[in-house]
Amino acid sequence: MKLRVRNWIRALGPLLGLIVVWCLFAGLTSEDAFTRWSNQRLMLVQTAVVGTAAVGATLIIIAGGIDLSVGSTIAVATMVIALLLRAETGPTLAAGGGVAGGLLVGLVIGALVIGHAGRVAAGVLACVLTWWLTPHLGLGGGCLVGLLGGGITWALSDRLLGRVPLSPFIVTLGLWGALRGLAKGLGDNQPIYPPGQTWLNGLMSEGSGGLTALLPSGVWVMLVVAAVFALVLARTRFGRHVFAIGSNEETARLCGIRVDLNKVVLYALAGGCAGLAGVLQFSFLSMGDPTTAQGYELKVIAAVVIGGASLTGGEGSIRGTLVGALLMTVVDNGCTKLGLDNWVQEIVTGAIIVGAVTLDQLRHRK
Amino acid sequence: MSSGPTLRMEQIEKRFGATIALAGVSLQAAPGRIHALIGENGAGKSTLMKILSGALQPDAGTMTLGDRPYAPADCRAARRAGVAMIYQELSLAPHLSVIENVLLGDLPRRGPLVDWPAARAAAAEALEAVGRPDLPLDAPVRQLSVAAQQIVEIARGIATGARTLVLDEPTSSLTREDTAHLFALLKRLRARGYAIIYISHFLEEVLELSDSYTVLRDGRRVATGTTADATIDGLVAEMVGRSMDALYPHRGQRTPGETLLELQSLSGTVKPTDASLVLRRGEVLGIAGLVGAGRTELIRTVFGLDPIRTGTVRIAGTSLRPSPDRAWARGVGLLSEDRKGEGLAGGMSLADNLTLPALRDLTRFGWLQTGRQEADTRDWIEQLAIRARDPRQAVTELSGGNQQKVALARLLQARVDVLLLDEPTRGIDIGSKAQIYELIDRLAVGDPDRGVPPKAILVVSSYLPELLGLCDRIGVMTRGRLSPIQSRADLDEQQIMRIATDSGEAA
Repeated sequence: MKLRVRNWIRALGPLLGLIVVWCLFAGLTSEDAFTRWSNQRLMLVQTAVVGTAAVGATLIIIAGGIDLSVGSTIAVATMVIALLLRAETGPTLAAGGGVAGGLLVGLVIGALVIGHAGRVAAGVLACVLTWWLTPHLGLGGGCLVGLLGGGITWALSDRLLGRVPLSPFIVTLGLWGALRGLAKGLGDNQPIYPPGQTWLNGLMSEGSGGLTALLPSGVWVMLVVAAVFALVLARTRFGRHVFAIGSNEETARLCGIRVDLNKVVLYALAGGCAGLAGVLQFSFLSMGDPTTAQGYELKVIAAVVIGGASLTGGEGSIRGTLVGALLMTVVDNGCTKLGLDNWVQEIVTGAIIVGAVTLDQLRHRK
Repeated sequence: MSSGPTLRMEQIEKRFGATIALAGVSLQAAPGRIHALIGENGAGKSTLMKILSGALQPDAGTMTLGDRPYAPADCRAARRAGVAMIYQELSLAPHLSVIENVLLGDLPRRGPLVDWPAARAAAAEALEAVGRPDLPLDAPVRQLSVAAQQIVEIARGIATGARTLVLDEPTSSLTREDTAHLFALLKRLRARGYAIIYISHFLEEVLELSDSYTVLRDGRRVATGTTADATIDGLVAEMVGRSMDALYPHRGQRTPGETLLELQSLSGTVKPTDASLVLRRGEVLGIAGLVGAGRTELIRTVFGLDPIRTGTVRIAGTSLRPSPDRAWARGVGLLSEDRKGEGLAGGMSLADNLTLPALRDLTRFGWLQTGRQEADTRDWIEQLAIRARDPRQAVTELSGGNQQKVALARLLQARVDVLLLDEPTRGIDIGSKAQIYELIDRLAVGDPDRGVPPKAILVVSSYLPELLGLCDRIGVMTRGRLSPIQSRADLDEQQIMRIATDSGEAA
């Protein structure tokens, strides 16, 4: 019985914080500038990008990892989408390309974390060779040389290097910079403005009927992704394995969980979420912008942590993460409505992050 | 050089909760003498040494150093008083140079800066004193061999002005040649008036090196005397001399069936070397040996947690390329000796911990059936008398004994046929111990009425009465090698101890 109560308090903790902060701003703002429905909708829209990416980051953090490259991944995704639209591929394929790009980034992170630096280098080499030689040798020749070069490097690195596991902090710190560079390179240092309007541009504004009249489809995207991943975490073998890996990797290994495989999958899924967040960000911007989403990696981590996850792994929930992401939006939005300067918002947000984790630690101390 | 003071420990007592670790132990280390402290694993040696080094405080008893009382509040106080500990697991800073390690915490200074010339001279002098002036002063110590690192640690003790040296199992990771060098050094230090306490499992070393000895058993001093009067047989008898307690179950009728696990010349990267055994259904096989002999490595290699170098593992006649997931799939489960570090995922619930290897059985169309997961967990809570409130309770909230039952139930939930149990009763209360012994016996017998076939069980334990009480056959590991497996009826504690301590085969 006591256990039930404690679990409830635990699940409700961040939500309680959100309600308190919301009520605070509701009381402080005059009239209904903050409380009216359109503002609630706006706050949800403002949360969608960070929230969607944070769903994936929750997986990573529960498994005891970290991803500092989310912001850069989002920027790359917007660039990929814009490039594809400019090449007239159609919006669905373009959006798919953005998500696939994120997925690929996640795959690379996972491969590096479990120690396949040599293989990743071989893959990158194959791509670079192909891209570089295709103008000279034609597509067939370029691919051939690329595959050959990559294959040789792959085999050599397997033979000579073996596995070199790296900490996810270092891997994603590297990619944080490298992907930002890639985003800039994709557009020659310029944003890319795709021609015309597609449904991709309307994701973050309200539609004319059905559910999208209630909330923009971007918000629905976030909610559906969150619901799916919440179910996956709670009710699939993979989900329990993620928790086990974060709780005690040795135990996970002892229990026959294929830790490396699971890590690659979860980083790839989280990358997919970041790619999807990139689709939403593109919808906001209507362009591919290599400098967008700077600092989002930290917002994402903050959302997950405010939501009750532990950076040492084994704990966290999608529901908490969404609440954490909303809490930060509410503070931003509320401060703006109060006419407070940006610097106040930043201080308040910082204080909330430290405060939330302090409360969480207190709760752990029985 | 003048002789140092005599260290006396009188009637030292120490309790941990209800467990009595030391019940009035006395020990004396005189200058110019080497005193050996021996005893089985868990006899209380390390607790006594922790008290000596200030890491633990005694509940009762007195210590004096010369004519002054000695009651170190922590390790630094012990070092200041002139007592230096050299542990089995070295406590050097691996990235720092030999100079810095020898003088750690005590680097000579000129103003706010380190006086490097003086430091170099002091370190060189200390290395000279331990007879190894050839060691490179500027090299990081991790580049030195284990033996050389040990010398650095002894040099550090001497450099800090210690007159009493305590060495804990110093030879367990040394080659025979390095051991000989170390002994020569210890004898030189003895001649120069150092008081030395030497802790070892290896009785031949004790006879060769020490002047006097003390034997601990179950937290008591059971013998002390002059080494010249001692024999290996006498020491072994003192170490193990206790009657079997009534803890062990009345054994059911075990009928060995087909071979389930077979190891052929299995070698890991360091340990084990060339281990072979056959384990049949309905049989409990024990692996005895001292800590560090390679018993844990043996079963970790079988399970694929440690890499396999040569040799084969066969399960029910077909070979297994060891990896934990394949092992579980083939009906082999492992209980870890390290419950906290490896055995259980502390933050997760009882139910999750219990079902982790067998989640596949609890999923339908990919969805985990949490209801069934909880029902199965409740079942085990009842069957194994686990004291827990709720299947969703965090496993860390349980007592050690109940945690161990959860870890064991995990193997049963996965319906394995071969159970590899590493120290199944480590750190748990007597009541739970008895229950686990009974369970092991029940599993080995099987339950034909309910259609439960007997299991094949391999038990690693440091506690000999436990192995003799449970097992049908026993093998002994010494320095990575596994002795031929013998029937339990042909072995007694003395014989096992003699093999384990490398004191030659039983006469």
